[in-house]
Amino acid sequence: MTSARHTGTASPSSLRLVLTLAIAGLISGVAIIGIYESTLPTITANKARELREAVFKVLPAVSQMQALVHRDGELVAAEAVAKDEPVVYGGYDENGGFVGYAIPGAGPGFQDTIGLLYGYTPDQKLVVGMEVLESRETPGLGDKIYKDADFVAGFSALSIEPEITAVKSGTKSQPNEIDAITGATISSKAVVRIINETHADWTQRLPPPGAEPRLTETEPAAGPEVER
Amino acid sequence: MKKNESYEEFIKGIWRDNPVFVQVLGMCPMLAVTNSAVNAIAMGLATFFVLVGSSFLVSSFRNWIPKQVRISCFIIIIATFVTVADYTLLALVPTVHKELGAFIPLIVANCMILGRQEAFASRYPTRLAVMDAMGMASGFMLALFSLGAIREILGDGALFGMNLFGTNFEPWIIMILPPGGFLTLGVILLFFNWFKLKKDEFLAEVAEAERSSR
Repeated sequence: MTSARHTGTASPSSLRLVLTLAIAGLISGVAIIGIYESTLPTITANKARELREAVFKVLPAVSQMQALVHRDGELVAAEAVAKDEPVVYGGYDENGGFVGYAIPGAGPGFQDTIGLLYGYTPDQKLVVGMEVLESRETPGLGDKIYKDADFVAGFSALSIEPEITAVKSGTKSQPNEIDAITGATISSKAVVRIINETHADWTQRLPPPGAEPRLTETEPAAGPEVER
Repeated sequence: MKKNESYEEFIKGIWRDNPVFVQVLGMCPMLAVTNSAVNAIAMGLATFFVLVGSSFLVSSFRNWIPKQVRISCFIIIIATFVTVADYTLLALVPTVHKELGAFIPLIVANCMILGRQEAFASRYPTRLAVMDAMGMASGFMLALFSLGAIREILGDGALFGMNLFGTNFEPWIIMILPPGGFLTLGVILLFFNWFKLKKDEFLAEVAEAERSSR
């Protein structure tokens, strides 16, 4: 009974097979375009909001932000950011005064790429906040890099000169040292390494303190399309 | 009579032919995303939507789809529903989407879904096909939820993110790591097989008693 319909009668013409698949593909394509178009505004808005929230979290006392890119040897405010262009976010207080940079960085963690954002104030040369944006670290162990409040709080006033060092938990004695998480040493060290590498990468391109780009009047573009 | 029939198609997927515990299908999402109850439910809902939608379409068009290209057509239909589910989750619940990650697109490859199209939806009227899909998907969701809940309770001391045992509980971290999935699934399958064995023994005893009393 089960295969009576599938095995009986002469086989249909190739044209019919091709047509069936073509029509199915066409309808499917239209449906996918429809859902893509209708969800895109929400998805873009979500990503922009997530980014804003992250910037405000890593830079305390910031209420406005703009995307900054390095073009022709100087850091300028960007209306639109190309997809692969490195970008930092300038944080400004209510009066438009410059507070610090929020710098995105990424690098290998224990399992997969860790993407993070850290706040940096150039006049004090301090890291003032760190937020993990994406990671697939081991639940219960490596994910403490964003779930362990003490570890995250360790980044709220951390000297980055000459570089941050992760030390055994409870042995922090210098302003540039941070307590690594017990049981998640590799992930903690990965976070520190990513910040150090990103900092080394950007430090030459940032203008001297006091010469930061001013906040442009218009609400700037939210940033590049974040890779999924 | 008709009502009983569709009821039967629904209920068989939840218990007697449960896609996970009895047919042992869809193991990949089953083990991968059940490290918390919320993830399990989200995955279950996405699979429910895809399976019911695909079964409805496949059954409606079953007389127009030539048998030579039926698998390709099923996959096109399933993939379309998966894409819809993917973008909808990304727009509405981005945090859940982040947790489930690559496993949403991988619903396409869930053999339970293609299996239901080939074994049921392409051969039965739409009403029965939808009932069957709803039953199977509910059974799948139930299985995901029981695994997710057990693993979250033991591995994190919480359910739906709410702490259950206070601070003195030392979480069994292994339960939310991959081995915990295998352990939990193994124990549940053990229970199901033991239950089936006991039931068969009981039925045999009843039959025996009836025969001797006659």
